[in-house]
Amino acid sequence: MNAIELLGWVPLIPFLGFLVLVLFGRQLSKPLVSWVGVGSVGLSGLLAALIGTEFLKGTMQPYHLVLGDWIAIDNLIVPFGMYLDALSLTMLFIVTGVGFLIHIYSAGFMDSDLGYTRFFAYMNLFVAAMLVLVLADNLVLLYLGWEGVGLGSYLLIGFWYEDPNNGYAARKAFVMTRIGDTAMALGLFLLFTQLHTFDIQFLMFRVTSQWTPGTLLPVAAAALLLGGAVGKSAQLPLQSWLPDAMAGPTPVSALIHAATMVTAGVYLIARTHALFMMAPSVQFAVAVLGAVTLLMASCSAIVQTDIKRILAYSTISQIGYMFLALGVGAWSSAIFHLLTHAFFKALLFLAAGAVIFCFHHEHNIFKMGGLRKAMPLAFWSFMIGSAALSALPFTSGFYSKHDILLATFEVSPVLWAAGCLGALLTAIYSFRLVFVVFFGKNCPVVEKGLGWQMSLPLILLSVLALFGGMLTIPLDSVFPVLFGNAHTFNLVSFITVTAPFIGLLLAVLFYLTGTFSAQGLANSQGLKRIHRFFVSGWGMDALYDTLVLHPFKVLTELNKNDAVDCLYTSIAFISRKGHLMISASQTGQIRWYASSMVLGTVVVIAIGWLS
Amino acid sequence: MELGLSLSVVLFVLGLVGVLVRRNLIMMLMSLEVMLNATGLAFIVAGSRWGQADGQIMFLLILTLAAAEVGVGLGLALQIFHRFHTLDADSMNEMKG
Repeated sequence: MNAIELLGWVPLIPFLGFLVLVLFGRQLSKPLVSWVGVGSVGLSGLLAALIGTEFLKGTMQPYHLVLGDWIAIDNLIVPFGMYLDALSLTMLFIVTGVGFLIHIYSAGFMDSDLGYTRFFAYMNLFVAAMLVLVLADNLVLLYLGWEGVGLGSYLLIGFWYEDPNNGYAARKAFVMTRIGDTAMALGLFLLFTQLHTFDIQFLMFRVTSQWTPGTLLPVAAAALLLGGAVGKSAQLPLQSWLPDAMAGPTPVSALIHAATMVTAGVYLIARTHALFMMAPSVQFAVAVLGAVTLLMASCSAIVQTDIKRILAYSTISQIGYMFLALGVGAWSSAIFHLLTHAFFKALLFLAAGAVIFCFHHEHNIFKMGGLRKAMPLAFWSFMIGSAALSALPFTSGFYSKHDILLATFEVSPVLWAAGCLGALLTAIYSFRLVFVVFFGKNCPVVEKGLGWQMSLPLILLSVLALFGGMLTIPLDSVFPVLFGNAHTFNLVSFITVTAPFIGLLLAVLFYLTGTFSAQGLANSQGLKRIHRFFVSGWGMDALYDTLVLHPFKVLTELNKNDAVDCLYTSIAFISRKGHLMISASQTGQIRWYASSMVLGTVVVIAIGWLS
Repeated sequence: MELGLSLSVVLFVLGLVGVLVRRNLIMMLMSLEVMLNATGLAFIVAGSRWGQADGQIMFLLILTLAAAEVGVGLGLALQIFHRFHTLDADSMNEMKG
């Protein structure tokens, strides 16, 4: 039997893990819970690895597996279908591989938490939903996974629900992504009513054969799908949920940022790239959105003081690079960056988790310092992660980001310049984080050590973040190759490579040697307001407060007594009044009854007489 | 003929007014009897007009009914007097909405 025929089990095993933990979690002992929780993802990762090797050894023809019908009404048929090609295989590796490492880490990180079982149940559900999303052969099943991921993120962000703020952050993430999801659902309806199928491959075939490029239909459909992608991937204008999503436990942040959730939007656009190529204006909008988002997020990341928020903004900006790549048609580079980003961002988050773990849940980087000697593993993980994040040469991030920027230059030099500026800013904020946390003077006592569960993923991910750039993924079979030779722009290439070094130099001058004072700069008259502006994430929350929340509150205040409800309350009011009137006529006076009988008789006789 | 019917109408209205304006239960029962007899009279007159026995048969039935009604009515009046020590119909108004 071929391993590839077991494809259906890949999402099923984590889902079964979720079911076992939810239904029998109370009866299971703690080691058993971790075996089920971590083991299910590990098993599914093993299966994915077997399937992957078989797929790569073979002809690499896309493999289609139908497990059964989900919905079958007239000509609307939605099967439980899996589709495996190089793109979904790459995602499969990321989700199960990085997901597995994060699960191992969680076993150590959450060890003393009361909600240990609940945590692993949610994590398994989250991974299962993401696997359904990447393997789905039709858009409805993809949407199921899409919403499952949304649910999982809600449950995990609000995991420590005793604090109302965490619940608020979870609701914010849920509602904001739901806005994008609504747009995406509309896009699905539009595609189905026009093209009569949900199957992605058929759909893309019909899009290219039946529609003309740049006309209303493909533009509208692509724009609606982009809405969904923007919400899930935390891009402008729906990005402000991601920094707040840091309320969840750190492994959750790692999972959301590296392996699942935020990459879903990038995957969706890559998966439906034929549609986006039919709508050049929307595709260009993707690039512009990506560029603007990456600049905004990097600016915000530079001024944050919360270690996790810095990483959150850096994720927004790295996803911005992926959108930029998608927008300029460098599909493979986008997915390649997604892969390398998964490695180094998971590494950074897990290392940050280690720091937080040993620091009694302290998040403020300025209360840390000099941790280089006390936590060598976390320090080197952070160094490697930051180097990859800033795209220093020969780390994994370098290869992917370099590809993206060179491809961007061929489409639009302006966007390329924005990308290079972003790369410079990226180097500043990532090394600011490293220098402030791991260098400097005050070195507090670190009490707790890291167990093997937490060390092993850090080491493995460090290796991947360093050498992940060597991996070649055969995405040419999925995407059209747009560019021939990218080595013609020598000056451009040079600037692209040096931009992070300038950032690194600035970070050294500001935060390591103290030649310039960042504090003084932030306090100076003109820059004070800009500083505050950046800290608030470009005032997006305040903007939504005034634009959406405030009018909404006014409206609800106006409609306090629900206009529609008035109809029903008035019916109740009338019948109650009628009841009171009739019951008042029941006087208990026998002569009164007799009189009304007489009156009634007289009236009846009179009517008979007159008619 | 017309005189007989007119008499029965007058008697009926008198009885009706008695039922409506009197407050004593005994007087109300008596007024009811008057009303019953007025209808009986109307039946007799109508029977003699058409030369049929039906009117008199109806009167006999009404007479029986009246006897039964008086029996029950007086029995109730007796019980009411026992319980409330009054025969005033208006003071017995506890069953109201």
